[in-house]
Amino acid sequence: MTFMSSPVEAADLVELKSVDRHFQLGDQTVKALDAVDLSISCGEYISVMGPSGSGKSTLLNILGLLDQPSRGEYILDGISTTTLKDKARAAYRQSEIGFVFQSYHLIPRMTARANMELPLMLAGISPKERAARIKPLMERLGIADRAEHLPKQLSGGQRQRVAIGRAIMMKPKLLLADEPTGNLDTASGTEVVKLLEELNREGITLIVVTHDLELGKRARRQIRMVDGRIAQDVLAGN
Amino acid sequence: MKLSDMARFNWLVVSRHRFRTAMVMLALIIGVSAVNLLIGLGEGARLFILGEFSFLGKNTLIVMPGKKETTGGMPPISGESPRELTLRDSQAVQRLPEVRLMAPLVVGFAELSYQGRLRESLIVGTSRDFMQIRKLIVQQGQFLPQSELEEARAVAVIGRKLKRELFGPEPALGRWLRAGDRRFRVIGVLSSKGQSLGMDFDEVMLVPVASAQALFNQEGLFRVFAEVRSYDYVNNAKDRILSVITERHDGEEDVTVVTQDALLASFDEILRTLTLAVGGVAAISLIVAGVLIMNVMLISVSQRTDEIGLLKALGADGTTIERLFLSEAILLALLGGISGLLLSEAILAMGRSFYPDVPLGSPVWAKVAAFLTAILTALIFAYIPSRRASAMEPVAALNEGKGVS
Repeated sequence: MTFMSSPVEAADLVELKSVDRHFQLGDQTVKALDAVDLSISCGEYISVMGPSGSGKSTLLNILGLLDQPSRGEYILDGISTTTLKDKARAAYRQSEIGFVFQSYHLIPRMTARANMELPLMLAGISPKERAARIKPLMERLGIADRAEHLPKQLSGGQRQRVAIGRAIMMKPKLLLADEPTGNLDTASGTEVVKLLEELNREGITLIVVTHDLELGKRARRQIRMVDGRIAQDVLAGN
Repeated sequence: MKLSDMARFNWLVVSRHRFRTAMVMLALIIGVSAVNLLIGLGEGARLFILGEFSFLGKNTLIVMPGKKETTGGMPPISGESPRELTLRDSQAVQRLPEVRLMAPLVVGFAELSYQGRLRESLIVGTSRDFMQIRKLIVQQGQFLPQSELEEARAVAVIGRKLKRELFGPEPALGRWLRAGDRRFRVIGVLSSKGQSLGMDFDEVMLVPVASAQALFNQEGLFRVFAEVRSYDYVNNAKDRILSVITERHDGEEDVTVVTQDALLASFDEILRTLTLAVGGVAAISLIVAGVLIMNVMLISVSQRTDEIGLLKALGADGTTIERLFLSEAILLALLGGISGLLLSEAILAMGRSFYPDVPLGSPVWAKVAAFLTAILTALIFAYIPSRRASAMEPVAALNEGKGVS
């Protein structure tokens, strides 16, 4: 089940074992995830597609430790996360997982630099080291001249690049993107996708949830979800 | 998360929500400055009143006729006392080795007249030592002469106001004035000692004790002041005076010897309790500020749900979120507390410049207490909102802004 030969190892980064996620809506139980089994190796590029309510966002939230399975087991990097306490889960989110959201989720009162600094600040890294880490990353993302701008002074593409910078600041293994181009025009959307793919080529495991068929088709492995189940899991070109 | 980063993060929150911050600060400023102001006023009044009454030094003992049965009660009204305090008693006190200065006191009112000008005045018969015990300063002439206590010389020292009213701009020294049915030659004029609730020396006439006894036809002394050589001897001297006079009064203990401190202590306690009471009432206003803080923080938490979700996604655990919100409340309390202290100190300083006689000002403990109460209130009332923020599920918080997808 290895799709790409990682230079170091091909061990599973993510393993879901018959994971359920149920929501209670009134007296009705909605199965957002229904017995999902999934293995993801280091360095993969995966797209998750499917109609609204198919459970793709729930899958992403569970993978990102933002949500907990109702049943089943989630093994991240060899460790079962099901029994982890809040502190440990937070520590994983901090160091192992990066998030990119459709609506960027930048804090409006903070400058681009301060937004990118946030994960480092939460990790208790000294201001000196923060500055040393941010500068090259901002240059790489092409937003160095926007460092002191507030989010509202940036274009959508620039905002999403700041958000991506924030997501990879802690050098996570897993980058989760939920409709990363959903709020962008085609040109800046393409730019953002290229940036994410570039990061993937450098070794980060990239999972993109999207409605956009064209974006989905770019991934090497494409998962299609229907009614909380994985309906299709194919490798590109097959 | 580092404390400095937390402070910077919260500073942005606080400075971006100016109106909200201003409201919370206003409530805290009112609370803190009310506590500080009221305690400052109370303390000022207490010190002023004590200052007015504490005309005697620490090592001065007061001998009063009559036996005070229990502490805190009033000495018996004259007449009840079987035996008077006599001049000879006071001389016995003076002979004690511990006693450095002794002044017997006979007081009464009499009508003074000089060339047709009449004035009712307080007349105090005493000795030369009285000047030192009460630290009086003679402006013109001299004080009462050093002489035998029984010697009823017709000399008088008068207060400044009395001099002005009886003599006008004319010199008073050497003039004879009439008091009741006796005549006295003015030998000195006192320098102003300012207002003193105990006795206003601007309007008093001092004469030798024997002259006053004759004038008022009264043997018994009103008081005897005895200044002890050093504070260490005060208790010792108190016992000695008591035993000497008891012995002279056929073994009957019918006088009371007290220090001024003892007289003022119960008075002081009442004033202190009052000050604390008004300070406590003011502290209640801080609770009102606390409720406001709680509401503001609850709104802040619900307005910033997606921010909380984001912070959690970026690796903040519940404790970090809780601390973040608590520290925001502390920051507000610090700002409000410091402003409140500054404001109330400014008002107290203004009060001092208008009424220089009253030592308005709160003690350090009151400022610390007012400040800490503000911080503590903020912490207590921000606890529930902070817990609420920390308990939020990251995914629920993040989806809030998006609506259901």
